[in-house]
Amino acid sequence: MFPVLLAAAEAPDAWQTFLQYTLIGLSNGALFALVALGYTMVYGIIELINFAHGEVFMLGSFLALALIGVMGLEEAALWQRWLGIGLLFVVVPIFCGALNVGIDLAVYKPLRDAPKLAPLVSAIGVSFVLMNVGLLWGGAADRHFPDLVSRENLLGSEAALSFTYKDLMIVAVTVPIMIALSVFVKGTRLGKAMRATAQDPLAAKLMGINADRVISVTFAIGGALAGAAAVIYGLYINTVSYQMGFTNGLYAFTAAVLGGIGNIPGAVLGGLVIGLARAFGSGYVGERWTSALVFVILIAILVFRPAGLLGTHAREKV
Amino acid sequence: MPPLLEVDDVYAGYGPIEVLKGISLTVDTGEIVALIGANGAGKTSTLLSISGCLPARRGSMRLAGQEIHALPAHEIVHRGICHSPEGRKIFPRLTVLENLQMGAFSRRDKPGIERDLAHAFELFPILAERKHQAGGTLSGGEQQMLAVARAMMGRPKLLLLDEPSLGLAPMIVLKIFEVVRKLNDEGISILLVEQAARMALKLAHRGYVMEMGQITIAGTAAELLTDKRVQDAYLGE
Ligand SMILES: Nc1ncnc2c1ncn2[C@@H]1O[C@H](COP(=O)(O)OP(=O)(O)O)[C@@H](O)[C@H]1O
Ligand SMILES: [Mg+2]
Repeated sequence: MFPVLLAAAEAPDAWQTFLQYTLIGLSNGALFALVALGYTMVYGIIELINFAHGEVFMLGSFLALALIGVMGLEEAALWQRWLGIGLLFVVVPIFCGALNVGIDLAVYKPLRDAPKLAPLVSAIGVSFVLMNVGLLWGGAADRHFPDLVSRENLLGSEAALSFTYKDLMIVAVTVPIMIALSVFVKGTRLGKAMRATAQDPLAAKLMGINADRVISVTFAIGGALAGAAAVIYGLYINTVSYQMGFTNGLYAFTAAVLGGIGNIPGAVLGGLVIGLARAFGSGYVGERWTSALVFVILIAILVFRPAGLLGTHAREKV
Repeated sequence: MPPLLEVDDVYAGYGPIEVLKGISLTVDTGEIVALIGANGAGKTSTLLSISGCLPARRGSMRLAGQEIHALPAHEIVHRGICHSPEGRKIFPRLTVLENLQMGAFSRRDKPGIERDLAHAFELFPILAERKHQAGGTLSGGEQQMLAVARAMMGRPKLLLLDEPSLGLAPMIVLKIFEVVRKLNDEGISILLVEQAARMALKLAHRGYVMEMGQITIAGTAAELLTDKRVQDAYLGE
C-alpha cells in the first residue's frame, strides 16, 4: 500500500481513486463480514468449520432470484419493488436459517461426541450435496440477477466519487444487523448463554443452559445472516451461480480466520480487511491477482498469527 | 420421607473404561456430606453423573423421591441441583456479574435473583469489587469464590462442590469453608468432594470414602475421623 500512498500524494486524482477503492472495499467487506459471522459463531460454539455455510448462502440467492420472478418485481412499480425487496430480506434469511438448523440437526448433531474430524468431513460432504442441489436448481451457467436497485450516484452524477443506491443498501442492511447482533450477544439472556456455551460448554450445562437449544439458535442466526448477505449479493453483483458459495465462502472463511475464528468482532474486522485487500488488489495490481492475494493473507495469518487479529484462543485456555 | 438425594448402585464411565462401579450414597435434607478419596478414585465422575453430564449406565438416582438419572443436565439444574465443578470453570470472558447471572439461568424470579445477588456479594465482598471485571482475570481464590457464588445463584436444594480448596492459600480455604457452613445453615444441603479430608470431615455431618470407583467406608463424620483406615490413608498426621 506504500507505493499507493506515494502515487496518491503526487496527483490529487490519485486520492480520489484511493478513496473510491476504499469505499468499494468497505462495502464488499461488509458483505464478507455477514457471511464470516456464520462461520465464526458456529465455530465458537461447537468448534466446527461449517463448510456448508457458503452453499447455504448460494441457495439463499437462488431463492431470492426465484421469488423475484414469482413476485414479478422487475416489471413492478417502484414502491412495490421496495416492498418486494423488503420481503426478500425477511423470507430468504428465514429460509437460510431454517436450512442451517436442519443441516445441523440431521448431520452434525448425531456426530457431536465423535472425534472432530467426523463432523468436519461431513460438512464438506454437505457442501457438495448442496452445491449439486444448486446445480439442479439453477443450472451450470451464471444466472442474471435482476438489477432492481439503482446505480445512480447519490453524490450527484458529476461527482468524482461514486456512492450509489446499491452501496447505500449494503450499509443500510449490514450496519443495523451488526448492531442488533451485538446487542443480542452482549445484552440478552440467550446471547449471554451463547457466549457462556462457547467459552465453557460443560460449565454452561451445569448452569442449566440447554446446549442443544443454544446450538440451534446459533445455526439459525448464522444462516439468517448468510441469507441477508445472499440477497445483498444478488442485488449488488447481479450475477449468481451454483459456485458462488464456494468462492465467497472461502473469502468469508478467510475473513473469519483473519479476525480470529470464534470471535464475533473479529469476523467483522476480517471481512472489512478482506474487502479492502480485494479492492486495492484489483485496483492497483490486477483483478486476476485478487484471489491469490486473499489466500496469501490467509497463509500469512496461519503462519504468523494463528489466533487471528483479535483471537483469544491462546489466552482463554488459562 | 425419602432422602433428598439417593444414588443407588450407579455404574458409569468414559468409553470402554468403567470408573463408577456401583456407587450408592444418600444426602438428607439439611446435611453436609463429605466424599473423600485419593486422586482418580471417581469423586468428580460421581458428581458429574449426578448432574447428568456423565450418564449412568446402570442404577438409579432420585431427588426427593423423583427419578433424575435419565434427565438432561439442564433439567437437573431446574430440579434443584447446582454444581460448582472441579477446576472452577469460570466463564473467562464474561464479567463476574455475568458469571453470576449465568448461575441463575434456570430461574425467572427477578426479585429473588436480585436478592441472591446481593447476598452473594455480602458473602464474598471481593466479588462486588470485581463485578465488572472479566472472570478470567480473577486470582485462583477469587475464581473459586465466584464458582461457589455462581452455583449458589441457582438457589439449589442440593449443592455439589468439587474440591473448592484445590490449590488455594489456607486463609482463602477457611473463608470458603465458612461460607459453605453459612449456606448449609440457610438450608442448602451439600455434597462436598474434598482432598483436604480432615477439614471436610470437620465441616460435614457424614462422610463416604471412595476407592477405585466404589464406596468403601461410610459413616458419621466423627466415626470417619477416628477410623483407623481413614486416619492412615487420608488424614496422615
Ligand atoms: N474424560 C475422561 N475420559 C477418560 N477417563 C477419565 C475422564 N475423566 C476421568 N477419567 C478417569 O476416571 C477415573 C476417575 O476420575 P475422577 O472422577 O476425576 O476422579 P477423582 O475426582 O476422584 O480424582 C480416573 O481414572 C480418571 O483417569
Ligand atoms: Mg476430581
